[in-house]
Amino acid sequence: MISAIDLTLAVGGRVLLDKLNWQAEPGQSWYVIGRNGAGKSTLLRTLAGLSLPSAGHVALQGRTLDQWPLPALAQQRALLTQSRSDAFGYRVIETVLAARHPYCGTRYWEDGDDHRHCRAALQAMQVDGLAERDIRTLSGGERQRVAIAAVLAQDTPLILLDEPANALDLGHQVSVMRLLARLCREQGKTVMMIGHDVNLAQHAASHALLLMGDGRWTAGSVAEVLHAPLLSQYLGHPIEAIQHGNRQIFIPEGAFT
Amino acid sequence: MQQRATVLVAALCALACASLVLAGTVGSVPVSLSDLPAALLDALQGTGTTLASTLVDLRLTRALVAFVTGAALALAGVLMQALLRNPLADPYVLGISAGASVGALAALLFMCAAWMVDGAAFAGAAAISLLLYALARRDLGADGGATSLLLTGVILSSGCMALVTLMLSIAPEGRLRGMIFWMIGDLSGAPLRVLPWLALSAALLFAVRNARALNVIAMHGDGAAALGIHVGPLRKGLYCCSALLTASAVTTAGSIGFVGLIVPHACRFALGPDHRLLVPAATLAGGTFLVLADTLARTVAAPQQLPVGVVTALLGAPVFLFQLHQLRRP
Repeated sequence: MISAIDLTLAVGGRVLLDKLNWQAEPGQSWYVIGRNGAGKSTLLRTLAGLSLPSAGHVALQGRTLDQWPLPALAQQRALLTQSRSDAFGYRVIETVLAARHPYCGTRYWEDGDDHRHCRAALQAMQVDGLAERDIRTLSGGERQRVAIAAVLAQDTPLILLDEPANALDLGHQVSVMRLLARLCREQGKTVMMIGHDVNLAQHAASHALLLMGDGRWTAGSVAEVLHAPLLSQYLGHPIEAIQHGNRQIFIPEGAFT
Repeated sequence: MQQRATVLVAALCALACASLVLAGTVGSVPVSLSDLPAALLDALQGTGTTLASTLVDLRLTRALVAFVTGAALALAGVLMQALLRNPLADPYVLGISAGASVGALAALLFMCAAWMVDGAAFAGAAAISLLLYALARRDLGADGGATSLLLTGVILSSGCMALVTLMLSIAPEGRLRGMIFWMIGDLSGAPLRVLPWLALSAALLFAVRNARALNVIAMHGDGAAALGIHVGPLRKGLYCCSALLTASAVTTAGSIGFVGLIVPHACRFALGPDHRLLVPAATLAGGTFLVLADTLARTVAAPQQLPVGVVTALLGAPVFLFQLHQLRRP
């Protein structure tokens, strides 16, 4: 589906990621973990084709990104960014319909098919009741779910999400992760998301990519990569694993006071 | 949505025609509605010999100038607000009108002919547009910030305004009045030319063709690239269109204030921010608004004629404040 070949990312002369050779297949769900400023968002933007790497390249379906025309690329991958600034009072449904832009071609208005996709996406994120609301009047969590709905409405085989669980309450975090896992399982989508919750990562993802921020990286299945010593190293804080039933729970070591 | 848009645009077209008819009949010497068709026919054939046909000819010419100017300013406002992702932007914010003022005032100061004043105004606007484009080329690209474009424009604008103040302070008494009137914006004696209509048609065509992309860029800014939009070329197109519209409007009638700010706002408030409806609606509403404002300017203190810029500002300020107040209500 998507692969990185000798991908190197540097910001201001500092190498964040050195020669990443990695690929994700349909049906896989990747969770990217690293400290603040480790280059997670930069990596996601580069994989989406919105930033250029310092060296190496990214290939989607066997073609490097620069060979993809932008509109065709927009039918292959969707990107949820972290920041949202809403300058104008669009209605919720309008922001989701805008995600159908790559499919509209020369049509002036969206057609019934586009509306169906958007309604389904709003329902999947449980925000269909907000469809007519002004986007600027939503709470942070509602706004986040609408943004995820727009990504779903774009209906792409590759979904890139920068901290999708941001601002979501616990219940919605779990339901979003379940939905993404189901999309991978049933529709063979490839998901890559950034997050800081290693416990959520274990259940939500099949694979994990750890970034050190100094060039080092580790990629593998959740079982291979998510264990306490490696996480302690990559997150720069000692982490303890506790067995709870058949689940492993990671907690930061040390008291807070 | 489609039906609603069609009905609304048709209604605004009808309103625009009605405003032109009103402008043709109302004045210090009224022309009755029943005389209008005959007078109009006379005027069109150039055989206007009656008083009515002469009046209608004069008034309609002026109303058409008002329409194209208002439409251009409102459309430029919509495009500038989408480009800067800032609902408070107006066509003058980037200093294009200030550049035109420098040109026009310099021409007035040196007692040039009327056509040279217009030429100098357009040259001033074009020079500032090109200078800003050169300075802010990176900001108009795919991942530029609207903030530094805005800042560059605002600084250029204040630089030009300093030159304007300088010229006003050294101008002899006799020419001061004409210079001030030019700056307020006045439609009396403004000639009906083809260029503003061409600029308006070209910009309107560009905006309508890219209306869906305009929505995406207004929502997401640089992130619009993720939805397949060539952000850099679209931004540059938006900039060129609004610069052309502003230059042609300011050259025709001086810097008439508020139209480019309140008409897009009022339309967004009433019809929503979807550019597929907003672009044609604001264009028609802007034209209609300026025709009505100019009719008011001609008649309210007749036989004295007020500059239309005074009327738009007097109407615009309270309307804008009222709208803001409405918006803040929960």
